[in-house]
Amino acid sequence: MSAEVEEASPEYVPITVEFSGGLEMLFSNERKLSLSIPRRDKDGQKANVAFLIDYLCQDCLKDPRKDLFVLDGSVRPGILVLINDADWELEGEEKYELQDNDNILFVSTLHGG
Amino acid sequence: MAAVSVIELLRQQISTCEAQLASLRQQLAEAEHLHRQQQQGLQLKRMEEQTRHNTASTSLVHDMSYGIHDDFRSEIFAALSHPEEENVPPRRWPLENSEYKRYGRQLIMPEIGLQGQLRLKQASVLIVGVGGLGCPAAAYLVGAGVGTVGLIDGDVVEESNLHRQILHSTARVGMTKVDSAIVALSSLNPNVNLVAHPARLTPESSLSIMQDYDLVLDCTDNPASRYLISDTCVLLGKPLVSASALRTEGQLMVLNNPPLPPGGANGGPCYRCIFPKPPAFETVVSCGEGGILGPVVGTMGVLQALETIKVLSRGVKGLAANGTTSPEPPTLTMFSAYGSPMFRTIRLRGRRQTCASCGAKATVTPEALKSGSLDYALFCGSVAPVDALTANERISVDNYAKIRTEANPFTGSQPSNDSHILIDVREGVQFDLCSLEGSVNIPFSEISRTPLKPMREDVAGNHDATPEEGWVAALRSHPEKPIFVICRLGNDSQLTVKKMKALGLDNGGKRWIGDIKGGLRAWRENVDQDFPDY
Ligand SMILES: [Zn+2]
Repeated sequence: MSAEVEEASPEYVPITVEFSGGLEMLFSNERKLSLSIPRRDKDGQKANVAFLIDYLCQDCLKDPRKDLFVLDGSVRPGILVLINDADWELEGEEKYELQDNDNILFVSTLHGG
Repeated sequence: MAAVSVIELLRQQISTCEAQLASLRQQLAEAEHLHRQQQQGLQLKRMEEQTRHNTASTSLVHDMSYGIHDDFRSEIFAALSHPEEENVPPRRWPLENSEYKRYGRQLIMPEIGLQGQLRLKQASVLIVGVGGLGCPAAAYLVGAGVGTVGLIDGDVVEESNLHRQILHSTARVGMTKVDSAIVALSSLNPNVNLVAHPARLTPESSLSIMQDYDLVLDCTDNPASRYLISDTCVLLGKPLVSASALRTEGQLMVLNNPPLPPGGANGGPCYRCIFPKPPAFETVVSCGEGGILGPVVGTMGVLQALETIKVLSRGVKGLAANGTTSPEPPTLTMFSAYGSPMFRTIRLRGRRQTCASCGAKATVTPEALKSGSLDYALFCGSVAPVDALTANERISVDNYAKIRTEANPFTGSQPSNDSHILIDVREGVQFDLCSLEGSVNIPFSEISRTPLKPMREDVAGNHDATPEEGWVAALRSHPEKPIFVICRLGNDSQLTVKKMKALGLDNGGKRWIGDIKGGLRAWRENVDQDFPDY
């Protein structure tokens, strides 16, 4: 089934991106985005999570406070990145290559109590 | 005026004291009732034991009278009479009779059973923070019969706590949270040993306070405390049940489980493994600023109690000693009241080899902690009051009140709300609660979102492709009127003034734009005491 979908879209990877813990405020209060990301970056490398973060900053993050999401080229401290419900450190972090129908979740830590 | 407010104040004090008295009387009645019951229970038990003994020996005599060798009979009697010689008979059952009754509903569950209950009874847990998380967590742990529950908090009960901090009461506003919680918890279950620590946890005190407990619950509300508690738990080898909540969301983690010493790769990750660097302090939002729904934080506190019961009834001491891995891999449970699904569980990484706290080359040591060289407040940053403007960009609430009510001393013109623009930058929900007459609401979130210049050029290279935000255009259309900006506490208003000037709304200095110092809090304190305090 999913193999057919892959073949149907040779240029774009369909993925879901979600925001939680207040991060959605930076993305026009959207908690869930369905995106089609180019399969390869401009150098022909397979699209990975680092590419996705760049893509989000360029195309989805309208808020000028971009530094609340990325800092020094990486996701800012206090934000967990989860790939298909697992900490991205279990999956290769920024180098993880996006697969069809992946779910990437960005969670900001909460501190209230 | 003054006399009236004194009378009102005295009335309030009397009613508060009366409420406290009523609560104390009720507690006394409950305590007396309980005492009587226990006395009666003791007497009954003694009588029962005697009767039972008598019946038992009688029936034995009957049974033994038929065809049993007399020597054997003597032996039996000797054995049976042996306990009688001791003054205190050995306890027949591992728990008190009242405990079988009280904990019966959880005792009959295979997850707890007798062993689990005994482990709970022998266990001691420390609850750090007796607020929205700590109250429900403490209630369930004390209810479940955890032997010792310590409570640490340096705050006193405030009225704005009561919608979610379920152990406190209206009559106990002003009492320390620890004392208030102990009143409630001791009437819930008088068998639990409650330990009061009415102070803030500090790096100097954390080791000595936490070492006496088997497990710690982090029910605090700020990053500095979270790092301190996690570091201390790693150093002392205690599992940590950590939760947090804000607005409609909550997060839960069981950390340092199993609680192996630093360098033990099979130990559970600590807070630093998951978050090696603290969040930027300007992104940390408290419940006071962001709001919190009672049942949301309550849910998280109840889940903390649940995870604690799971760890304790399974036997925490055994885990630490034999180093077996935790039966469940580390996870983060996320709760979102308006999300679908409401719960989501995320697999977390294990220990980080390079972790400053639990890694092989840990720099967080008992000595470093005790000496105060680990500055947690500095590590996490602190929210200094915003001081972004110069004196002539600001006005006090008293002077602003005069602009609204008195003639202008320079021009002689009559006061009017129309002479200037008053912008209230609180979020819409807060503005709807209460606002100053004539003020216009532009939420700070919208102001922060506004770009300083058009986002990008269009294909033809036109610079004005993105139309200006509505609020900017509206303010530009009245270029002559001065703009006063107000917010809740006087921080966002300063940042707004800066942004407005950066957007050129001051016409190169021709139009005055400034903030009202101290915001609506100062307005309430100095000008209008009836303005709602939420
Ligand atoms: Zn660690």
